[in-house]
Amino acid sequence: MRWLRQVGDWFDRRLGISSTLLPVLRHPIPRAVDGPMGWWYIFGSASMTLLAVQIVTGIGLALVYVPSADKAYASLLYLNEVEPLGWFLRSLHYYAGSGMVVMVLAHMTQVFLQGAYKYPREMTWVVGVCLLLCTLGMFFTGQILRWDPDAYWGLGVGASMAGRVPVIGPWVVEVLLGGPVIGADSLSRFFALHVFVIPGTLLAALGVHLWLVLSCGISDVPRPGVLVDPRTYDAEYHESVTKSGVPFLGDALLKDLFASAVAVIVVVVIAAILGPKGPTGPPDPTLPGANPRPEWPFLWLFALLALSPPSIETFVMLVFPVVLIIALFLVPFVSNRGERAPSRRPVAVLSVIVIYTVLGILTYEGQTAPWSPEMTAWSGDPIPVRLVEHSSPLELQGAVVFQNKNCRNCHAIDGSGGQRGPDLTTVGVRLTRDQLIDQVSNGTPGAKGAPGGGEMPAYGKQIDAPQMTALAAFLASLRPAGQPPAIPAAQPHADPQP
Amino acid sequence: MAATEAQTGSSPAPERAPDPPRRWFFRVLTGAVSVAAGVLAGAPLIAYVLRPRQTPVDWVGLGAVGEFPLNETRRVTFDNPLRQPWDGMVARATVFVRYEGKDSAGKDQFLVLDVNCAHLGCPVTWFPESALFMCPCHGGAYYSDGSRASGPPPRGLYSCVWRVENDRLEIQAPHYPTLQNTLTKSTEVGDCSARAASSKIA
Repeated sequence: MRWLRQVGDWFDRRLGISSTLLPVLRHPIPRAVDGPMGWWYIFGSASMTLLAVQIVTGIGLALVYVPSADKAYASLLYLNEVEPLGWFLRSLHYYAGSGMVVMVLAHMTQVFLQGAYKYPREMTWVVGVCLLLCTLGMFFTGQILRWDPDAYWGLGVGASMAGRVPVIGPWVVEVLLGGPVIGADSLSRFFALHVFVIPGTLLAALGVHLWLVLSCGISDVPRPGVLVDPRTYDAEYHESVTKSGVPFLGDALLKDLFASAVAVIVVVVIAAILGPKGPTGPPDPTLPGANPRPEWPFLWLFALLALSPPSIETFVMLVFPVVLIIALFLVPFVSNRGERAPSRRPVAVLSVIVIYTVLGILTYEGQTAPWSPEMTAWSGDPIPVRLVEHSSPLELQGAVVFQNKNCRNCHAIDGSGGQRGPDLTTVGVRLTRDQLIDQVSNGTPGAKGAPGGGEMPAYGKQIDAPQMTALAAFLASLRPAGQPPAIPAAQPHADPQP
Repeated sequence: MAATEAQTGSSPAPERAPDPPRRWFFRVLTGAVSVAAGVLAGAPLIAYVLRPRQTPVDWVGLGAVGEFPLNETRRVTFDNPLRQPWDGMVARATVFVRYEGKDSAGKDQFLVLDVNCAHLGCPVTWFPESALFMCPCHGGAYYSDGSRASGPPPRGLYSCVWRVENDRLEIQAPHYPTLQNTLTKSTEVGDCSARAASSKIA
């Protein structure tokens, strides 16, 4: 096959593969990376592999998906149900996207814990943070493209947050939505962001990131006691890889290839089993019962905002994320020298543990969202029989009032119902009859002039006197068996009322 | 490589010595032309992306006055004229209408509340049994007149500008309301701003 070789040589001479590209790819990297510690290094290439999966599946989806407000839902249903393997493409695009977020976070955590962001790789870290923001941006804009009620109302929440920016708020909302309302212009704008603007930025940043990795070299494994000194690092690194380095293009890449292949298999299997995500319904804003939730990487922020006191809410919404991002950018400038091994950097290790624990707890809270009333609880489960089987007619009437006035939406009985307010299964032990009437009539108003309302509305005008008497009787009867009702501190004897 | 010297302008340049005045002029000219190209191409492109659209004032009919019983809150859906032709069902919008009878001058009084919660925009649900609007996202609640009852909302529900024309209730087509861009910014006929929150029982 000599002619084949000649054709190869023709291209090689003009493309400069043997003369330029191969020597670069075979540049030496620290020997220890080819050993067991090299398994820590695979997350970056795994992120890139999943990015490639996203680009391919994204192109596939773009062949059918229609980014028009009136046709998007139909085209998604078509992909899910009619297009051969369309459901798989949608499913893989979602789960590979989630996998990419996980890999990027793992990569960032590993680089941080192993001090690989220190001299001379500070710029690599900074560009990496840009890549993290691009990846999260892709996840957010991608959810909008599903164009179901979650996406529609989620976009509204984003617009409402943007509307709180001082002075230029309304203008930011118009730019975000592409007009005065959430509509076709919003979807088109987010489509352009998801397909053109952010991928372009991401790929450009990725190019810079890879160039920096190449020019700075792969960092050596961290060793306790081996310090980074910017004055001597370059010479030491160069000497070390020249003396005992292994070529990058070779067995050293085996772990990366293996891990990337495993990552692809994992997301493919998950995608095949779980099937496509949504759309949860047609994007009809007049459909009742909408309960929007952000995607999983943003549940922690959702919980943080829901749990913030209203007085600092706008600050948390607008300023806190900016502060967080700036803090991420500044990591290499806190200390770009000294110890790299995590065993010698307790502050770094502790920070990672605390941050992930907080993120995990907030994500869990965002998932369960106990601050949301359960809108259908009042007409759902009845009052448990054991609580009313010995009730007087007045107390039974009170139970009817309790269900009818939607109390169950916020107050659970026996664990079923809303969690916005306290569970009332044993409230008869805590509040006297007068206190109960007072609480229901006046609610828990907020402080005068406070930014947020109180915790409970006042029901005095919505419940007439006979209903209130019955309701108080019912609530006072909610006690564990045998326990006496609550009595006011000033009154020495139990309440004689039935 | 060129064997002959390039001709610059009318007079031949001396060998290997640039022509300072004309070269300098050409540099300046190139800079000016580049800046002009950037501005001419860039300004309309940036304006295209960033400039807000003019919002026309459109009135939408919600029904005859007689269709709304006294002191009842009704959920009304309509097609928002603030739309693109290819919006489909996304242009459908919801408001809550409450007919409050005739005032002392004999004119019909309405309260029209937008469905977007004043906290972060989620759609509120009306519960006639307890006469409360409840928001599913963070537990905001409002009384029947739109004033806030509890939860994180910083104000009451946004109210729409309405009018009665030929015995029909009409509202100004609502844009997406935010705290700094409410629906009653330009107060016209029948402005019923959300009343201040007050305790219901002394």
